[in-house]
Amino acid sequence: MSDATIAHAASAASTLSRPRGQRTARGLARLALVAVALGFLGLFLALPLAVIFMEAFARGWSAYLASLSDPDSLAAIRLTLLVAAIAVPINIVVGLAGAVAIAKHEFRGKSLLVSLVDLPFSVSPVIAGLVYVLLFGAQGYFGPWLKAQGVEIIFALPGIVLATLFVTFPYIARELVPHMQSLGNADEEAALTLGASPWRTFLVVTLPNIKWSLLYGVLLCNARAMGEFGAVAVVSGKIRGLTTTMPLQVEILYNEYMSVAAFAVASLLALLALMTLALKTFLEWRYADEIAATRRH
Amino acid sequence: MTLVSRTRNRFRWREPSALPGFGLSFGILITALSLVVLLPLAALVLKAASTGPAEIFALATAPRTLAALRLSFGAALLAALVNVIFGMVIAWVLVRYDFPGRGFIDAAVDLPFALPTAVAGIALAALYAPNGWIGAALAPLGITIGYTPAGVLMALIFIGLPFVVRTVQPVLAEMETELEEAAALLGASRWRTAWAVILPPVLPAALTGFVLAFARGVGEYGSVIFIAGNVPMVSEIAPLLIVIRLEQFDYAGAAVVGVLMLALSFAMILALNILQSVLRRRLGHV
Repeated sequence: MSDATIAHAASAASTLSRPRGQRTARGLARLALVAVALGFLGLFLALPLAVIFMEAFARGWSAYLASLSDPDSLAAIRLTLLVAAIAVPINIVVGLAGAVAIAKHEFRGKSLLVSLVDLPFSVSPVIAGLVYVLLFGAQGYFGPWLKAQGVEIIFALPGIVLATLFVTFPYIARELVPHMQSLGNADEEAALTLGASPWRTFLVVTLPNIKWSLLYGVLLCNARAMGEFGAVAVVSGKIRGLTTTMPLQVEILYNEYMSVAAFAVASLLALLALMTLALKTFLEWRYADEIAATRRH
Repeated sequence: MTLVSRTRNRFRWREPSALPGFGLSFGILITALSLVVLLPLAALVLKAASTGPAEIFALATAPRTLAALRLSFGAALLAALVNVIFGMVIAWVLVRYDFPGRGFIDAAVDLPFALPTAVAGIALAALYAPNGWIGAALAPLGITIGYTPAGVLMALIFIGLPFVVRTVQPVLAEMETELEEAAALLGASRWRTAWAVILPPVLPAALTGFVLAFARGVGEYGSVIFIAGNVPMVSEIAPLLIVIRLEQFDYAGAAVVGVLMLALSFAMILALNILQSVLRRRLGHV
């Protein structure tokens, strides 16, 4: 018997045993709960999303396109893509290595290591930026030395990439570890017994097994990398056209009361979020067994 | 020989494995973790510690610091509480009821995870500012949300919304409806069934969601600053205070606020985790 049938039988049994008044009371309770849930989601999800696009198109298509083709906004889009193109591949390598070490091997202190990997989730993004300023800023621990070498980290691309790496650090390993643990080591052991080299085993056996959960992790990592605000705001210095990512450009434009332009750039980020959600939902639906998030559900 | 191998066995750090690659993968993880996360955080603690006890105490007990910490932690707790209540209702509705568009709404719950915080921030500001969609409607009633601590609360409710739904949903989905049926057949009212049968197993999961939403809310910056008004002592959150100190090149001041935030939130997360393990034991769940 499926869950639905059981639920049906249960509700039939309980409604049968009740007088009519209570049955309508249950119907009312159900209606009220659905109304509360939808009302809350409407207020907190639908309205903010709607307001972004309404404000972006407040003065029509031409104003929308004009604000997106502004050189500073274009530079911000390019910088955001560049930061993601550096940070996401680094995260893929580290996430894969971390997942192999944690899921495929047994060692002491593993649970401590797992909590350290998850640590960035419970650290404020502003603190993620602050730590790099303390290290590499003008008055930071390595600041004077870096200045003597002519290397710029804070208020430049390396600082933005580092801050992004900090906040996105756990995303990929977190998706891969539960999936790899559920797969076990038997496939790899078979490949090695048959004479495959360690690298070949990894590329031909391990990687194909985890490709969908890897893609899922990359998707979430990329969304965060492109959308990060707090950590990047602290290290970027917000030099227009140079160190301003898209979220920072949104802030600058909004604070200058350029509402249409701010919401136009914001609408691109909102589209990225909607695409991420759609692809994520597709992966959860199509590859439910391989994606940790759906098993946590 | 035997003695040596026996002692080596006893202090074995790693279980032997047929799989190669431990050294390389572990090395990459530890190097990246140290360089990106651990050493920078150590620099933060070092900076705060090297400030000197008297100055740390003065910075930590400054009225502006205390007001910012009170707002960040208070609003995060309140927002997490609101999210526990509505999150449980949403999870229940999504698991138990069938209505058109349910799958779509289920997917939409994750929007606050995917939407960049600055985008959420200006959207909420456009809604709740005194001339915004909702702000203008509330103004005649004498209610202001934008640019007050209530605005901070709204942003933190938005940002924490998915956590409780996503932790409670799987528990509700796996719950045996036979138990509710039994309670109903034994004559329990629907309310009593909800209170005594459904709520206990859901509670630990809801608490997990509460902790996650709270931890996220304490450090949240992007979605808050546009709607908070950022008035010192009134609607200035702790992360913003760090940013302001940094802009004044007051590295020590920023580091002390940062360490205080981390210490307070880790202490509260630890306390809530202990409460949760007590709750799980009391309610008979593993």
